[in-house]
This record gives sequence, structure tokens and C-alpha cells, in this order.
Amino acid sequence: MNKIIQKIQLSEEVFKIMVEAQLISEECLAGQFILLQVDENGERIPLTIVDSDKEKGTIDLIFQAVGKTTHLLAELNVGDEILNLVGPLGTPTHIEKLGTVVCVGGGIGVAPAYPIAKAMKAAGNKLIVIIGARNKDLIILEEEMKEIADELIICTDDGSYGQKTLVTGPLKELCEKDNKPDLVVAIGPPIMMKFCAETTRPYEVSTVVSLNTIMIDGTGMCGGCRVTVGDKVKFVCVDGPEFDGHLVDFDNMMQRLKTYKKHEDKAHEQCHLDMKIKSKQNRNEPA
Amino acid sequence: MNLPNHKELKSKERMAIPAQEMPVQDAKVRRDNMSEVALGYTQEQAQLEAMRCLQCKTAPCVAGCPVQIDIPGFIGAIANGDNKAAIDILKQNSLLPAVCGRVCPQETQCQAPCTVGKSLKDVNKAVSVGRLERFVADWERDNNMVTSPEVKKETGKKVAIVGSGPASITVAADVRRQGHSVTMFEAFHKTGGVMVYGIPEFRLPKKIVQMEIDSLEAMGVEVKTNFVVGRTRKLLDFMEKDGFDAIFVGTGAGLPRFMNIEGENLVGVFSANEYLTRTNLMKAYDKKNSHTPIFNSRKVAVFGGGNVAMDAARTAVRLGADEVHLIYRRTEVEMPARVEEGHHAKEEGVIFHLLENAKRILGDENGCVKAIECLRYKLGEPDDSGRRRPVVVEGSEFIIDLDTVIVAIGNDSNPLIKQTTPDLETNKWGNIIADENCKTSIDGIYAGGDIVLGAATVILAMGQGRAAAKAINDYLNIL
Repeated sequence: MNKIIQKIQLSEEVFKIMVEAQLISEECLAGQFILLQVDENGERIPLTIVDSDKEKGTIDLIFQAVGKTTHLLAELNVGDEILNLVGPLGTPTHIEKLGTVVCVGGGIGVAPAYPIAKAMKAAGNKLIVIIGARNKDLIILEEEMKEIADELIICTDDGSYGQKTLVTGPLKELCEKDNKPDLVVAIGPPIMMKFCAETTRPYEVSTVVSLNTIMIDGTGMCGGCRVTVGDKVKFVCVDGPEFDGHLVDFDNMMQRLKTYKKHEDKAHEQCHLDMKIKSKQNRNEPA
Repeated sequence: MNLPNHKELKSKERMAIPAQEMPVQDAKVRRDNMSEVALGYTQEQAQLEAMRCLQCKTAPCVAGCPVQIDIPGFIGAIANGDNKAAIDILKQNSLLPAVCGRVCPQETQCQAPCTVGKSLKDVNKAVSVGRLERFVADWERDNNMVTSPEVKKETGKKVAIVGSGPASITVAADVRRQGHSVTMFEAFHKTGGVMVYGIPEFRLPKKIVQMEIDSLEAMGVEVKTNFVVGRTRKLLDFMEKDGFDAIFVGTGAGLPRFMNIEGENLVGVFSANEYLTRTNLMKAYDKKNSHTPIFNSRKVAVFGGGNVAMDAARTAVRLGADEVHLIYRRTEVEMPARVEEGHHAKEEGVIFHLLENAKRILGDENGCVKAIECLRYKLGEPDDSGRRRPVVVEGSEFIIDLDTVIVAIGNDSNPLIKQTTPDLETNKWGNIIADENCKTSIDGIYAGGDIVLGAATVILAMGQGRAAAKAINDYLNIL
């Protein structure tokens, strides 16, 4: 169950794994996610399904090793099994032929943007993709996106690849054109999604964002994932993960994401210490 | 200890036996551990308590039990020292005696009409049916006497059970006994439903729940975890694609209600479901081993007056909070929590604020909880539920400084099955509509427990499970 059958390191911290999950591969649609737990004591974390193959019965997941659980996940290899994996969760993306759709992916957010971009293209939309990252090494899925996009724009913060700009730069230019986009899908760090929404707001371009909040069950039971959208409280796991970016209270969401920050920082630090010890032991050096 | 001879006791002598108190962990000690609070009767205590039962011909206790356990029967057996006979009698009607003996609200069910309690004019002096039930169930388990119920010849019919809480466990056992193939689907990675994620270890040890699941598996029930019906598979696909002949839906009441007051999305505000799931299911109290974090609280307010509110408050105490305030807008008389739970909570230092309610939650510059503003209430005229309606005392606002708020004011029905099964009829609260046999609007689909009743109790869920299982077995027989 949930056996890893392929593992590719996309950048220093980012990994792509293909996992056996027959039932999920049959049911999943663009925009949906899974929850996984690496071991008995592990935390349950959500990850977007990047791609799936019904025939092979597999799903692809992409993650950045930023916390304890993702580090443990990164330590698993081909042939290893993920203890618990459940899905597909969340409401699938509403896919429709609208005209021109711009998909913006920031950092690891390119991964969840990919299946949506693919489905939007398949529905007959003109697809423009903007990929943004801190530097060249952190750009992921460039080839995959190139294959499906009518236009691909790459930006890096340091100018090491593509344009030296934030994703909001080209996004603004697209909105200023006569034939402005019919829909923008922006996925990435909360601050990026917030500024994408602020960029498109004056042009009245519909903007969908996909939120990645704290979650336990993923079925509406715990309410840990709740966000304020307009004047309503919504649960990311069942009402989302996608919402109207112009209505999401990003500031509150960012604060809520920091609920366990102290704990997470400590766990992360410990994790790196443990890994150092392990790699030293592997080299038969005193720890 | 020399026990009186049960058979020779006269009613007057029975009434003279003092009600046996169940030993509990000392309040100061248990504040710092997750182990069970109540320790259970000794053999002598159980027999003495059992001898208090007058064996009334009318047995009003049985009428008070949602699953009509032969209460005088099993208590008589304990009084005779025959624990095996007692557990056999219990199991004719109850599938989860070790659980129900711990978490049933006996004081409003079987023990409320007890003749002994009535004669002594104190419901707390009624025969302790629940403690005796627990005693024999534990005796059976501790002595490895648990036997797997007999399963009839395979019928070739397949039943899917959605959820693995008390209603589902009951249906699984009763349907499997008839020789039907049973598969149980659970969304979480562990089975047991609310008994595992909700009710804390200190009230219901998880190993007891696990044994119930083990015993289902020993009967041949297949258990599939990490399976969200409605998402991993649509409900109707079970029948149309997977060949199931009948389905039972027991998904529980899993959508936490909030107060809809200002500040409820601040950092440090949790639903009781989240707080309890982190601690119980994910074992966040085991800070050394569990990776799941729990908020480090100093001063906590819990909103609500039910058993879940008590569980959350007492969990916060155990996790090391300096102060835990329970905020409830009515009085202790109207509190839905079991008297014993309230009593235990107070012993552990939980501060009760009665006739008070939160008006808003105040945050600091980082969006974290820093205080709550409360209002005082007084009791007015009775409302539809017969309880006196709490009325705001205007201008009575006051502030309590704290860093954590846990909202425990109940659950609405989980919308997942409804959203993904449009033909399944639900009421305006989203509960699945089912008749007295738990049959839904779709042939072959049955539902029971909290998803039908709204948030209720383990025993009511079990009662519905029994009714549903009977209906499913009848349905499969004529299929």
C-alpha cells in the first residue's frame, strides 16, 4: 500500500514521488489533495495531487522538505511505503472553457498549479503560465509546463533565470492588455497569492487561489483549516481548497499558519541535527 | 471480607448496604497524567453493590436503557459471584459493555428510575448499573474470557459500513453474525470514531476500543482505514460498481459549530474537535514522541457545558494550563454534561463560570487571543427544550485575560456524504432522514447514529445500530 515507485529530486529541497494509490488515481480531479502520515508518531499533512495515472494506479506528489514530516518523507526511497495516505480530498477545480487562463505558480506552488493548468488547457482555454522562484535552482516543472502552455513566463527574484521580477510584474502586464485574462489561478506562498489578488483586483479579473492551511482530518471534522472568505468562515478541506482570491482574508490566514511556529522551528532544527548525526554515522565518524 | 449471602438478603437489608464508591485516581495526581480517572470496582465492591439491587419485578431500569439490557439479570449474577453469567446476559443486548459502562449517562437513563434511588430520594444512591456493567466487561477482558461471537455460514451477500464508531461497530457485528460479508470503511488512519478521536484516554482507554475492533476482525469483518466515502469512492458506487448489497452510513456528527462571534478565527481559538483530535488520536500529549503539535496554553477558556466541553477542559488541565475556565450560559442544572464529569472537572481545578457567555474574543497585534469579553446571564422563561432560557444582563460586560479558547458547543452533520450523494434525503440540518428501521430514501442504504440523530451518545448510536442491523439482515434475507 502507498508504495513509492519513483523518486526524483527536483532541486535541493524539492522532491517528486510517484506513489501507488489505485483508488485515488481513479477518482482524483484537478485541484484535489491527499493527506499523509509518514510513521506511527507522524503528523498528518496535506499535499496536492500533481498528476495521476489510472492505468498504472499511481499519483504524483511534489513536496519541499521544510518541516519534520516533509524531511521524513524525503528520507523515504523507492520501494518504501507511506504508512497512511488518504484522498482525494477537497472540492475539485471548476474547469470550464473561459478564453484565456493565466496560471501563476510560485515556488513549490507550481506543483499544485500544474494539474489545473493541464485541465484548463484540455478544456480549450488559451493557457499562459507564469512560474516564479527565488532563483534558477528552485524552478520546477518547467518542461511540463512548456509542453502545455501557449505562453510560458519565468521569473526569478535574483534574475538568475528568466525575468528578474516578481510574478506580479508579468501578471500586471497581462491584465493591462486589451484582451485581459478571463481567469487567473494563483498558487504559491500566501503572500504571493495575496499580491496576485491585489494585482488583478483593479482590473476586475477573476482570481482563484488554492490555500494550504493547517489540517488534521481533511473531511471538515476539526475546523483547524478555517479561513475568512468575504464575511464567511470557510473550511479549506471541504469548501476549498480554492477560493475567490479577492475575498480571502490573507492576513488572518498567514497569522493562523503561524499557530505552531515555535514548535515547528524547534522540530525542524532537531531534524537537521538528527540528519547531521546520521550522515556522520554513515561515514563512520564520531557524531 | 465476609460478604452477606445474596440469596438470603431481605429488601431492607439490601437498602442498608451503603452505595459503593468507585475508587478513582487522586485529583492532584491525575491532573498530570492521561491515565483513566476511574479505577473500577473490586470483586467485593461489585458484589456488594449488586446486592443493593432489589430485583424489582417491574424493572424500571430496563425501560430506561436504550438497548433494554436485562439489568436485574446481570446484576443478580454478579451478586451471586457469577461474573461469566453476568457478561453473557449483558452481551445479549450490548455489544460494547466496557465502553457503555464508562461513558453512558446512566444517571438519566437506567439509574434514574431505579427503585433504590427513589426510595433513598437520591438518584446518586441508585444501584450503580454502569459501574457494574464496566466491572464485568473488564473482568471478562482481564481474564482473557472474551470469545468471538458465532458467525453463521457465509451467505455471499456483501455489506459496506461507512464509519467505525459505536453505531457502525454494532451494525458490523450484528450483520456479520448472520454470515454476510462485512467491510468497514474509516476515513481516519485509526478505527473507533469518536471513541478514539474525541473521548479522551482518561475517560475511555483506547485499548478497550481497539479490542472491540479486534473482535470484529476476528469475526471476519474487513476493516479499511484511510478511506473517505464520498471522495475515495462515491456511496452509490459501492452498490453499482463494487457489488455491495446494502450499506450502513454511520459517519457521525463531524462538523464543529462555532459561536459566530468576533475574533473566532484568531490564533489560539480551536474547535473542541481539533483540540481533542490532536491530543487523543494524534497523541500530541506525548510531546516527546508525537510529531503533532498542541498549542502551549497558559490560560484557557472552554465554551460549552456538555461532555465534550468537560473533556476539552480536563485535557487542557492535563496539558499543563495554569488556569482553565469553563464558560456556560445556563446553570449547572441545565448542563448537558454528566454530573460525574462536571464533578471530576471541578476536582481537577477547572473554574466554572455559570450564567456567563462570551460576547467576543479579543486579539493582540499578532492576531493571537489575549482575552475574552463576557456577558452575565439570568434564567428566564422555559424555552422549547423545557430548559429555562438564559437572558442577557445588559451592561454586564467583563473581561477575562487568556491565550486559548476552545469552542465546544456541538457539531453539525458532516456534509460530505450529502454533497456527493445527491439522492440521499437529508433534513434542514443536514442529518440523513431515516425511518425507525434506519432505512434512508435510497433502497439498501441505511443510516444511524449521530448522522441521523444529531450529536447524541454512544448508547443511542448503539441502539440505532441494532435496529439498522436487524433491518439490513431482513432486507438481505428477502433479496
